[in-house]
Amino acid sequence: MDLELITNILYATVRIGTPLLLVALGEMVCEKSGVLNLGQEGMMLLGAVVGFIAMYHSDSYLIGFGAAALTGALVSLVFAFVALHLNASQVAAGLALTILGTGLSAFVGADYEGKTVTALPSIALSGLQHIPLIGKALFAQDAIVYLSWILVLVAYLFFKHHRAGLAVRAIGEDPEVGSNLGLPVMRTRYLAVTFGGIMAGIAGGYLSIAYTPLWTENMTSGRGWIALALVVFASWRIERVILGAYLFGFASIMHLVSQGLGLSIDSNLLGMLPYVATLVVLVMLSKDKERLKLYEPMSLGKPWHKGH
Amino acid sequence: MRNIIKTLAIALLIAMSATVSAKDSIKVGFVYVSPIGEAGWTFTHDEARLHLEQTFGDKITTTFVESVAEGADSERILTQLAKSGHDLIFATSFGYMNPTIKVAKRFPKVKFEHATGYKRSRNVGTYFDRIYEARYLTGIIAGHMSKTDTIGYIGAFPIPEVVRGINAFTLGVQSVKPNAKIKVVWVNSWFDPGKEREAADSLIDQGADVITQHTDSPAPLQAAEAAGIYAIGYHSDMSSYGPKAHLTAAVHNWKEFYTKRIQQVLDGTWKPEDVWQGLDTGMTKLSPLSKDIPANVVKEITEISAKIAKGELHPFAGPIYDQAGKTVVDKGAVIDDKSLLRMNFYVNGIEGKLN
Repeated sequence: MDLELITNILYATVRIGTPLLLVALGEMVCEKSGVLNLGQEGMMLLGAVVGFIAMYHSDSYLIGFGAAALTGALVSLVFAFVALHLNASQVAAGLALTILGTGLSAFVGADYEGKTVTALPSIALSGLQHIPLIGKALFAQDAIVYLSWILVLVAYLFFKHHRAGLAVRAIGEDPEVGSNLGLPVMRTRYLAVTFGGIMAGIAGGYLSIAYTPLWTENMTSGRGWIALALVVFASWRIERVILGAYLFGFASIMHLVSQGLGLSIDSNLLGMLPYVATLVVLVMLSKDKERLKLYEPMSLGKPWHKGH
Repeated sequence: MRNIIKTLAIALLIAMSATVSAKDSIKVGFVYVSPIGEAGWTFTHDEARLHLEQTFGDKITTTFVESVAEGADSERILTQLAKSGHDLIFATSFGYMNPTIKVAKRFPKVKFEHATGYKRSRNVGTYFDRIYEARYLTGIIAGHMSKTDTIGYIGAFPIPEVVRGINAFTLGVQSVKPNAKIKVVWVNSWFDPGKEREAADSLIDQGADVITQHTDSPAPLQAAEAAGIYAIGYHSDMSSYGPKAHLTAAVHNWKEFYTKRIQQVLDGTWKPEDVWQGLDTGMTKLSPLSKDIPANVVKEITEISAKIAKGELHPFAGPIYDQAGKTVVDKGAVIDDKSLLRMNFYVNGIEGKLN
């Protein structure tokens, strides 16, 4: 393996990891407030199709990604209404959202099937992208990749150092106590779910406008589910989700690179690696019940209504 | 009075239709596994369907159902089409095989044509094209156009159909550049634009300057276009996804075959057959060649294509060696169809292992 190849592998790692990172970050924030939204795949697909259509007609990346984000937000609000306001099962409502999103996106995008747009260009920071190994991966990416890093940083600081971040976590642990303390539980949860929707929408848009600039039915191929696993893998820690997303990206690209290199490692084993890693983390986390409690928001997935 | 005339007219019509077995007008149904879109497998079938409507005018009416999942869903759709008076139904995905056989048994008067399958009955025929012949031609083109002598191939699943294509392509490349390297990457999916994109990028990173694919999405074309290298499409013309990258594509063409089958149903001469045709009937073709391909290469392709069509040249003519260097096909011999259908080895020169 030469230097250039490794440079390119790192570059690809970041690109593959980006949509996963965005969705996982959104879902993590959502889960930190105590809401489990299994509708990521559906929201991604709707974001992908609406973002693509907006981009196709407007030829503006801002409008494309804006439409994708808005779609994610609107759809997640429907979920929030059903799951939070009507107190339906979050698991059932989330699954319904995925099923709805899959079907609806295929329906909305029927006339755009197989059409294509110009990919989001990358913005190379002058000079820096020529640094060996990491230059291309860090300084020659597109705007959404840079945005994902800013969002991770902001989310990290928000939960670590900001009062409001602490409030979100408190609500995720015990909404009853939070409510008694005067925290706006419902509003916080609505906002957290909406943030998750926006992230999923942008991630979908990233697939259909930047990564593989085309719309085809079901183009997310299960990435929304991987992101859900990543949240557990990261044990609800912001700094770990970026690690998890890139680890997954790295395993994905190595699965392919190793085949081209003719390495004797069975490529199917490499392909399994990220899933195995998630399973191992899950097993390790759940082995120690006390420790799991430490990480997992206590009220995750449980319906709550003021006065209950 | 008017009623009497009407009744008479209808009676006359019935009498007439009873005397001739040939039909004036038939209903033809198509079952597709994916949306039609702008390119790809289903697109080629629908292209042919539109061609039929033009050719036969009011002699036929066509119906199509898209995105029909293989298995139970397809059985429901096939039954529906058979029940609603369709005379001939094209089932265009491998996984429709058992449902087609089942439904055909229940509707013995309806005729079925199943693409890519191997099960036939008295009213079910099968058909597929010898796409490997076109693959061989695209291999020759790739061999001429590559400067790094490293060529990438993205495969879906290591099944005989795909392996056959990879081998034919490799033999085509080797006929021009005996020492060229063919790198194969499996994505374990027929359709995953993201994964196909990653596979294409990883091949390009490893020095491939021409790539081709046996997967369904145009993502590899886009990757090639972005990287400024060449790519060869599959299923249908994919030039719209990479106008500069697209050299040509190995494509299916069902127009003539469908026309023939419908004419046979109209004439009452349809019989179930096992059809596997290639460049000879045009069921397999190359899409229009890129302007970047030099005139002498275009001439060579035209000549070799004609030779294959006439049976003077076989892409799998011996001697052929496997990766270990063992002779698989002797010099002077030609591989038979049975071995082609079962192909489970890589020819010498391919990098990577067949899992």
